[in-house]
Amino acid sequence: MANPGTALKREDWRLKSAQDLAALQNQILASRDPERPEIVVCHGSGCMANGSPKVTDALRAALTEAGIDAKVMPGIKTTGCQGFCSRGPLVLIRPQGLFYEQVKPKDVTEIVERTIMAGEPIERLLYKLPETGEPVLTEQEIPFYNLQQRIVLHNIGKIDPADITDTIAAGGYQALAQALTAMDPEQVVAEIEKSGLRGRGGAGFPTGRKWRSALNAVAKKGRPIYVVVNGDEGDPGAFMDRTIMEGDPHAVLEGLIIGAYALGASQGYLYVRAEYPLAIKHLEIAMSQARELGLLGENILNSGFSFEVQINRGAGAFVCGESTALFTSIEGKPGNPRPKYVRSVEEGLWGRPTVLNNVETWANIPLIIGNGSDWYAGLGVPHSTGTKVFSLVGKVNNVGLVEVPMGATISRIVEEIGGGVPDGSPFKAVQTGGPSGGCIPYHLKNTPVDFDSLTQAGSMMGSGAMIVMDEGDCVVDVGRYFLRFLEEESCGKCLPCRLGLTRMREILDNFSRGQGSEEDIEDLISLAQAVQDGALCALGTSAPNPVLTTIRYFKEEYLAHVRDRRCPAGVCKELITYAIDPELCTGCASCARQCPNNCISGEKKKPHVIDAALCIRCGICKETCKFDAVKVS
Amino acid sequence: MSHYAEALDEIMESYPGQPEYLIFMLQDIQAKYGYISKESMLLACDRAGVPLTQGYSVATFYQSFRLDPKGEHEIRVCSGTACHLKGSHRLVEALERRLGVKPGETTEDLRFTLNTVNCVGACALAPVVVVDETYQPNMSAKKLAKQLKTLDHELTIDTKEQGHG
Repeated sequence: MANPGTALKREDWRLKSAQDLAALQNQILASRDPERPEIVVCHGSGCMANGSPKVTDALRAALTEAGIDAKVMPGIKTTGCQGFCSRGPLVLIRPQGLFYEQVKPKDVTEIVERTIMAGEPIERLLYKLPETGEPVLTEQEIPFYNLQQRIVLHNIGKIDPADITDTIAAGGYQALAQALTAMDPEQVVAEIEKSGLRGRGGAGFPTGRKWRSALNAVAKKGRPIYVVVNGDEGDPGAFMDRTIMEGDPHAVLEGLIIGAYALGASQGYLYVRAEYPLAIKHLEIAMSQARELGLLGENILNSGFSFEVQINRGAGAFVCGESTALFTSIEGKPGNPRPKYVRSVEEGLWGRPTVLNNVETWANIPLIIGNGSDWYAGLGVPHSTGTKVFSLVGKVNNVGLVEVPMGATISRIVEEIGGGVPDGSPFKAVQTGGPSGGCIPYHLKNTPVDFDSLTQAGSMMGSGAMIVMDEGDCVVDVGRYFLRFLEEESCGKCLPCRLGLTRMREILDNFSRGQGSEEDIEDLISLAQAVQDGALCALGTSAPNPVLTTIRYFKEEYLAHVRDRRCPAGVCKELITYAIDPELCTGCASCARQCPNNCISGEKKKPHVIDAALCIRCGICKETCKFDAVKVS
Repeated sequence: MSHYAEALDEIMESYPGQPEYLIFMLQDIQAKYGYISKESMLLACDRAGVPLTQGYSVATFYQSFRLDPKGEHEIRVCSGTACHLKGSHRLVEALERRLGVKPGETTEDLRFTLNTVNCVGACALAPVVVVDETYQPNMSAKKLAKQLKTLDHELTIDTKEQGHG
């Protein structure tokens, strides 16, 4: 990090007032030349897994080799996830704002020579509009980006998350300064109440109301009160919170400090999933840099308010995303939930009043304080204000992170922003809310995505995973998948969840083998309702959602399994057979070489056949065949 | 052994001796040794001031803790929803056939540990397999077989070199 103390021309880096912070921002901005070229490489987890660190290294080497004059030497900046994961590794060139996709280390010499030195774009690396094939130059011309409204994600992909000066240049911590110097705690709580913000973790409880109840609890029971960030993003297919923690850790921290001030907490906790090492690292860096500047710790901005925070790494238990389980985990014990006769705002961590909010909720707080509750309440729809970040994954062209105002339709997100299903056919269903959510079928594609409309459709907002399914996906298989997941993750404390989910999964196992009857479907529904009514925590009560919604919208497919012993999507192993189409087979024998059971035979350059009696239906032949000759029926 | 004890002491001393730091200690032990041995569990529980039963209750509740040594290479197949839809279960089956172990188990020669992980959040690259710490995007059974062959080859060379040394 550049020494911010030098900018302030004093040895003690600590900022002593809101004016100090504003002065630091001005000094950082003045020291930067907006016309200086800059190469921005996405170091989100998706792009990194796709090799972006190698691109960064190659760029550094190529720039040194090119011997560019130090004055015009471009800076290289690595940022959090820019969102368009399926086109990664992504590289942006400033000041022109050129957007390059799928950049490989071998492309960097050309980028340096043609774009940096000669100022011309490289067409091959530009994004092409799918309808016309026309290349576009900048991010703003790409539908994936320009149909979004990026508010929570506004800094991500632009700032270096490991350098607080970038955050401060972008206006970071000004909402905190405003809260500490110009508002009393009561005013902060009132602003959050007026904003209409609802918790982004899944259930959508009004955040302001939660804070108010916590204040009432403190009035009764006294301090301490704790504030906690739920960063245990466990829904498979969800990576919104990880992206926020990795790409803009100060936003979460600033929100938490504002909340602590409003609620009178002096200790906070960040509970982060252990599978997110980069998020943990960036939060640690952010905490230490904020501490050095006097934005965290003793006497923040000389306001007299002090606050400390600690990171707790999760240890791989999905149920710890549930509030009471998360608290027991912070206390060092197995994360078993407890009944909520007394709500956790009154009796949470160590039996004290506690406010637990999700990462995205905390990241919204500085935006509300900085821009005002009226501005925020004007976004989205009346009962679901603001925006929501979704991770759009599965059978969709533009896999990535999407932020839209609440109330945008599924069609807008999946078809317009997501570019629809790769083969151009309509999607079959969209699964929202992860293992606790449900499947919304194509005919309901105009359902607005807000807390209440999704619940009405039998699903839920959840944390924001949106999984697109096409005709090749079987609803019975998806139901089994989620049930098996929850069965493994159930803590086992209450019977409806522990045994109920197992029995439900066994019924679905039977369906996948073509066993069972129509009555079994009815039994499954009544068992599901018993689990919903009887389970102790939200893991159990919401677990039947995927099965119940698929029965509601895709009953025919369930009937095909039990009545006709047929899996229409061609997924359930025991109901399908693999065969080679002799018209399409070229006899290349690559499938035969890969077959683990040696059951494919045939003469060279003649159509091959699969011995159905020996076939274990592993699917490797289909995956291997370049001519699409292996068919499933 | 004394070196081992020293490193353990260092971990213990970096946390206050309070029950809420038990998970922190176990995580550090696991990060350093790949698993939690009986000796280290005794020490951690002693330091945190909790009974041994609580130590094992914690270690068996949370998925990330292991009580037996890990193989030289760890193969983690992502079984997140996006990876599942793109056939990650078939990859697990292929690995089970090839390595002769189930997820959570280690091969007898301690070369490979097979695991599944709920979601690594790299859904754009589904199906993803994480070999040691490297993400392998868009995996297929064929690519996996190749990858294993390379790892096997490296191991053979390692053993040979050690033999010469």
